[in-house]
Amino acid sequence: MSSSSPVTISLNGILLGARLCLAILPGSIALGAVFGTVAAQKGLTLLETMMMQGLVFAGASQFVAMEVYRDPINWGVALAMAGVVAAVNMRMLLVGASLRPWMGGQPAWQVYPTLFVLTDINWLLAVRHYDEGHRDWGVLLGSGLLLWVVWCLSVLPGYFFGSLIENPQDWGLDVVLPAFFAALLVPLWKGRRQTVGWALAGLVATATWTLFGGYWGVLTGALAGAFAGAYLND
Amino acid sequence: MTDPYFSADLMFIAAVAMMTGVTYFMRAGGFWLMGRLPLTDRTRRGLEALPGAIIVSTILPIVLKGDLALGLSLVVAVAIMALIRKDFVAVFGGVAAAAIFRHFGI
Repeated sequence: MSSSSPVTISLNGILLGARLCLAILPGSIALGAVFGTVAAQKGLTLLETMMMQGLVFAGASQFVAMEVYRDPINWGVALAMAGVVAAVNMRMLLVGASLRPWMGGQPAWQVYPTLFVLTDINWLLAVRHYDEGHRDWGVLLGSGLLLWVVWCLSVLPGYFFGSLIENPQDWGLDVVLPAFFAALLVPLWKGRRQTVGWALAGLVATATWTLFGGYWGVLTGALAGAFAGAYLND
Repeated sequence: MTDPYFSADLMFIAAVAMMTGVTYFMRAGGFWLMGRLPLTDRTRRGLEALPGAIIVSTILPIVLKGDLALGLSLVVAVAIMALIRKDFVAVFGGVAAAAIFRHFGI
């Protein structure tokens, strides 16, 4: 890892980010379309669906929130929806924290709006870019913006026509995101420190998931891995 | 007025506002907090270990929950990535592998 070019944001970086996330778009579109179908089935209006898709902008958590949703909605339901969304998205605290060494010195008025489009996907693309020695965080913004636009639009066909594809699993579309995650592990692996840290993360995550289910495993596993990384020597 | 498309329940808008708020809090909060804590060498190493740890912790439950085809297709994706280092091809290969495995009933 050659460190490194100066930290910056450029149009070229933004465009590169948009290009880098093309591979993942089929998975996002499929997932967004399924959300449109679920929302229509639950009786949301198009405006309500678009608000949720565009403002919450967090795939898995939106689905879990719709599991909690009841019509007519009241404060209890609304609070429960916000609660499950918070639980599912808690890992973003760690995701954002990991960006500090890179973007900490950048102007807040640029960074904080960018964090609105922070997702696992553009974060991983940016991390890989960073790992290769680049420091242009336009990659994070560009891929986030394109994902946001595509995510917002993808809900429409699902809302009006039902799921575009009857069984997305037959086409392997449910594998897009996990495959992307798994593939991006490869360049992150450097040696023993990662092997031990990831094994510990996996162990803790699996144990948590087995005991409690849900999404807590992401949090506990990630923290275990981070501690291992902090205290293990190469 | 009950426009089926462009109306919105006030309570639902409140729910969306809350969900948007907590989600943005998560997105920005970790970044903000790390700016208030001293960024020691140890902290930096911990933060650098986060991406891999988050990926592993995210996909392991998915694999354990999923079918055999999903697990095998991830192996295919990792193998492609290790060989040619192109995430685009790795994702496509994984998806194709899953479709083929499932077609043959794996």
